[in-house]
Amino acid sequence: MMKSGASESRTRTRKGHRDSGASQSVTRRRDLLQSWAGNHRAVAVDSLSRLMTNFTSSLMTWMVIGIAVAMPTWMYVLLNNAGAVSQDWDGHPRVIVYLKSDVSFGKAVELSEQLLNLQEVIGAEYISPSDALEEFKTLSGFGEVVDSLEENPLPGAIMINPASDDVAEVENLVQKLKKYPPVESISVDLQWLQRLHSILQLARRSILVVSVVLALAVALIIGNTIRLAIESRRSEIEVVKLVGGTDAFVRRPFLYTGFWFGLGGGLVAWLLVEASLMWVSAPVAELAGLYNSDFTLLGLGAKVGVLLFIISAGLGLTGAWLAVNRHLNVIQPN
Amino acid sequence: MINFDNVSMRYEGGREALSQVSFELQRSEMAFLTGHSGAGKSTLLKLIIVMERASQGQLIVDGQNLNRLKAGRIPQLRRNIGVVFQNHQLLFDRTVFDNVALPLVISGYHPREAGRRVRAALAKVGLQGKEKQYPIALSGGEQQRVGIARAVVNKPPILLADEPTGNLDPELSREIMDLFQQFNHVGVTVLIASHDLFLIELMGHRVLKLNHGRLETSRSDET
Repeated sequence: MMKSGASESRTRTRKGHRDSGASQSVTRRRDLLQSWAGNHRAVAVDSLSRLMTNFTSSLMTWMVIGIAVAMPTWMYVLLNNAGAVSQDWDGHPRVIVYLKSDVSFGKAVELSEQLLNLQEVIGAEYISPSDALEEFKTLSGFGEVVDSLEENPLPGAIMINPASDDVAEVENLVQKLKKYPPVESISVDLQWLQRLHSILQLARRSILVVSVVLALAVALIIGNTIRLAIESRRSEIEVVKLVGGTDAFVRRPFLYTGFWFGLGGGLVAWLLVEASLMWVSAPVAELAGLYNSDFTLLGLGAKVGVLLFIISAGLGLTGAWLAVNRHLNVIQPN
Repeated sequence: MINFDNVSMRYEGGREALSQVSFELQRSEMAFLTGHSGAGKSTLLKLIIVMERASQGQLIVDGQNLNRLKAGRIPQLRRNIGVVFQNHQLLFDRTVFDNVALPLVISGYHPREAGRRVRAALAKVGLQGKEKQYPIALSGGEQQRVGIARAVVNKPPILLADEPTGNLDPELSREIMDLFQQFNHVGVTVLIASHDLFLIELMGHRVLKLNHGRLETSRSDET
């Protein structure tokens, strides 16, 4: 405790004399501030080295906290990516009109222009069966299988961008389109997009609930660990109180211990999340490729990463504070 | 320096440990507190460092009325009172140096100044060179002297001792008492609880005798 290593100055020989003049009391105040900071540093180092001494049991606590913090973080990353994926569909519904197989190229193009002239339609693009097959060959990886087919199984289709995003109006458009004779079937991606959005909304709220519950769990875990630490240093606390240690002085090492538990737990959580992201990033890129997307997995990022550490360390401090307030006052010298 | 005015102390559960105790200890005075086991010696010392609070009466220490002392002010009071405990109250996972330095660390002394004072205090009690040892490696008498060094290291104006010679042989006891006398000679107010009547007689200071919580005599035969 004594080796705090605070920087020294030569003016500090009168320390401890209460009957000092003005200049000395300034010196004394600066001394106190310096030794206060020195004590904080010493206690911070001491409490960390205590954790390191019992590394195995500290690691267990760090892991438990880390996993508890990682869970909502994983959910957050998942949600963030799901949101990003749905952003790719830019929230506008798209109607795909599949044509009967006997519709000729010329008729199909004619129909597509006809549809574009409709008031409810702002975009229409014809994709011929051979175009569709070509695209399928390059993206699916089933090129050889496709080559072995005797005829093209894919229908021609017209991709339509409706003028309105409104479900009812798109539904009206669909009814209208169904009446065109060449139309075989119609697929609308509106509904599942809306479902996705409301699912994401639900998931966001669930994460909040799960986060709060797990945060509470982390604070309690740390609180309990600190309670044990307080119990094991009971005699020391009594002696410190006997020789005039203030409550803040007695509290300090335990608060730092809680802080280190939280920060270490944050580090474990960060490593877990980053490692798992790395682990799945290659398959995700492959999957995105299959969907003709250049989507890449969104990581935690610096901002959220720092926030993770701050929250985790904060939970550590909070847990320690709760334990200290509950248990420290009970210990009085006897 | 220490002023008891009609002080009574009743523990929870009804036992009255002290009844209407009144005495005054002047600055730089040395006195012994004696009496049978359970007469209230320890309780009286505990009241002075506010380990217990008086149920009745007024207790003034170093100009402060302890009845009205807020809990937050207790640490400051205790820093001005060195206490030597019968069971030493040492920390066995810390070196002799760290044990003695504890009051200085708490008061925010600079490490270099603290180190100087710790070595001075250890030299005073004859334990120079033992600072790196752990209390467990020391004899009972040496442990007691570590406790004394810790009690005096920040030069408190008041020194209390609860049976400081309880487990020591007569020769060691005499040495310890001489040590207290030396601190008294440099102006420290000293109050020692002891039932070693022979030694008390030998030292020849004022004697406060407790009997079932009542102060029997307040003899002042110091020349």
